[in-house]
Amino acid sequence: MIGPELDALDRRIINRLQEGFPLCEHPYRAAAEGLGIDEATLIARLERLLEAGVLSRFGPLYNAEAMGGGLTLCAMQVPEARFDEVVEQVNRHPEVAHNYARDHALNLWFVVATERPDQVAEVIGRIEAETGLAVLDLPKLREFHLSLRFEA
Amino acid sequence: MVLKAGGEARDRALIRAIQNGLPLTRRPYARIGLELGMSEAEVIERIRRLQAAGAIKRFGVVVNHRALGFRANGMVVWDIPDDRVDAAARRLADMDCVTLCYRRPRRPPRWNYNLFTMVHGRDERTVRERIERMAREADLEDVPREVLFSRRCFKQRGARYA
Repeated sequence: MIGPELDALDRRIINRLQEGFPLCEHPYRAAAEGLGIDEATLIARLERLLEAGVLSRFGPLYNAEAMGGGLTLCAMQVPEARFDEVVEQVNRHPEVAHNYARDHALNLWFVVATERPDQVAEVIGRIEAETGLAVLDLPKLREFHLSLRFEA
Repeated sequence: MVLKAGGEARDRALIRAIQNGLPLTRRPYARIGLELGMSEAEVIERIRRLQAAGAIKRFGVVVNHRALGFRANGMVVWDIPDDRVDAAARRLADMDCVTLCYRRPRRPPRWNYNLFTMVHGRDERTVRERIERMAREADLEDVPREVLFSRRCFKQRGARYA
């Protein structure tokens, strides 16, 4: 989908609700008040933005480490001729959360998220065994927090 | 407080119940509570504690950059001397166009970059211009860097919690 039309209110909703959502009995009403609109309008707008795919989700973003899970970024150098086959082998693992082709010698980049930290190495080991290719394991050492905003 | 995978069953049930999103109803926490056999107040309190503990990083909308017309997504990787990397990373993270900023290990000889930043833009030219500006403003013009644009996205979902 290419650039759906967002009006000024959509943009204000996106920017405001990126920063958080109220924890109270009527959170939509509270958020709507902050935006100067009514609760029903806010709910209808969110429904539309989700349906249009502008928002991929409305809810929590979890921190895998704080949840006790494992998380890493992996990179592979995949020969062009085997690219589709290897993508399929990698994606077959339910622990693979995101997978992108990128224009670099290391041309396949994916995230592995597991319930326990020690399972990351197991998943990487299985992918290496199945594909016969090396997987670079690049775990996060430190995250630098952004001042959250999106110029929608 | 850190929540382990084997942690409290009620927290885990709640985490599972809201991982795909919050109900779009007037009292979403009451609705979740009905499904889980919890009161509205308990749902709110547990979410509050999960946020305080850092298990929930953020609660709100997750934007699909591609659907918004931000079609170019460049992963910019930098090889910054270890004694400069944290200060430089903080400056980059403050810039409006940066949507992620992580320090990761080098894996020589195949991989010598230690800082990853994600930059979105309407097209590759815009992203490249932004990166030049970032390097200038963060005093990183002398530092080796590369931009890896995404060509295809094969899978995109949040982590699953069972």
